[in-house]
Amino acid sequence: MSQQRKAVALISGGLDSMLACQTIMNQGIHVEGINFFTGFCVEGHTHAIRKQDADKVKRNNALWVAEQLGIKLHIIDIIEEYKQVLLNPKHGYGANLNPCLDCKIFMVNKAKQWMQENGFDFIITGEVVGQRPMSQRKQTMPIVAAESGADDLLVRPLSAQNLPATLPEREGWISRDKMFGFSGRSRKPQMALAKEFGFADYAQPAGGCCFLTDESYSLKLTDLWQARGKRDYDLDDIMLLKVGRHIRPRPHFKIIVAREDGEARFMSGYKKEFVSMHCASHRGPLVLIDGEVGEDDLALAGQILARYGQGRDAEQVEVTIRDRAGAERNIFVKPLPAEQIREEWFV
Amino acid sequence: MSEFTLNARRLLCPLPVIRTQDKVKSLQPGDILTVECTDPGVMQDIPAWCRINGHQVLETRAGDGEYVVVLEVG
Repeated sequence: MSQQRKAVALISGGLDSMLACQTIMNQGIHVEGINFFTGFCVEGHTHAIRKQDADKVKRNNALWVAEQLGIKLHIIDIIEEYKQVLLNPKHGYGANLNPCLDCKIFMVNKAKQWMQENGFDFIITGEVVGQRPMSQRKQTMPIVAAESGADDLLVRPLSAQNLPATLPEREGWISRDKMFGFSGRSRKPQMALAKEFGFADYAQPAGGCCFLTDESYSLKLTDLWQARGKRDYDLDDIMLLKVGRHIRPRPHFKIIVAREDGEARFMSGYKKEFVSMHCASHRGPLVLIDGEVGEDDLALAGQILARYGQGRDAEQVEVTIRDRAGAERNIFVKPLPAEQIREEWFV
Repeated sequence: MSEFTLNARRLLCPLPVIRTQDKVKSLQPGDILTVECTDPGVMQDIPAWCRINGHQVLETRAGDGEYVVVLEVG
């Protein structure tokens, strides 16, 4: 009796990895999924934070895909290790701070380690030649295989017929004829295959799964590094960049203004790490202050805060300042007129 | 059978799932784990993770901004 071969699949939660898994499972291979959490994954967070998104389904697509396929999914926290990928990408960034090629190399390498530690035989991904401008080009896909160390143990079932034969194909564990030759940015072949496999529901395909591809988010991260004088971050930093208006009226501090109740609730969890402010005399948003500030700075922050509250047209607004230890005191400020909040302050 | 509690408050999905997964690795079949969270997403994600990994959700409850999932390790 032949040995049961096992593959570990990178599961993003999108359609391509779902199809790639099913393609290999159809050949009698035991497949388990692996999903990496970098801290920059879009999925879940903004829905969880923002009240206006409360009616959206909060499913984790990677878990959902695994359940549809009937496979196990292992979610791995790579927040700390991922820093080196983001801060020093050998192959550079895409349009924003997205180090897509280095990211893919890193994840395939991690999958290879997992494969070896868990007695699996090869790795599969949902990559398609020519689908992404940086990491999924004909020229870069061999780089991913080589620099990750996965080499010919890396199988891309959706584009396999466009690529050199891998070891699992040469050994006869899987058949090249039962894989595909998809290429380019068209989604039609994937959608047709989804129909063939009976997948009626799947996450919207292609892109949008990483905050680092977002221009606004990348600008906020760059601003954070410039203000601190070093390129570094922790999980709380990158979570807070996902919420609120970020306004930097002076180089040494910025304020984060909650835009709605869900964000305010989330930001309330950071009151021990940041000086915070809220309007005492009127309804208004919660504000966190990032940076070391003096009285003059607090007064300006209070004026900006008042601008975003219901007292924006009042002569003066009472603002409560809470320090990191929880001590509170109140000041009175005149709301800053809209025209005095400079455009360049908005990060 | 032993009972354990995991504090996953202030964490957003998938971190509560990752912490649950890591905790369960150290437990024995039949052990009971109560996961306390503040992200409503756990009400879908932890049960989904349990279903695909062979664990049983005994109870979910929500209130006052807290979401609790009680599971039995399979």
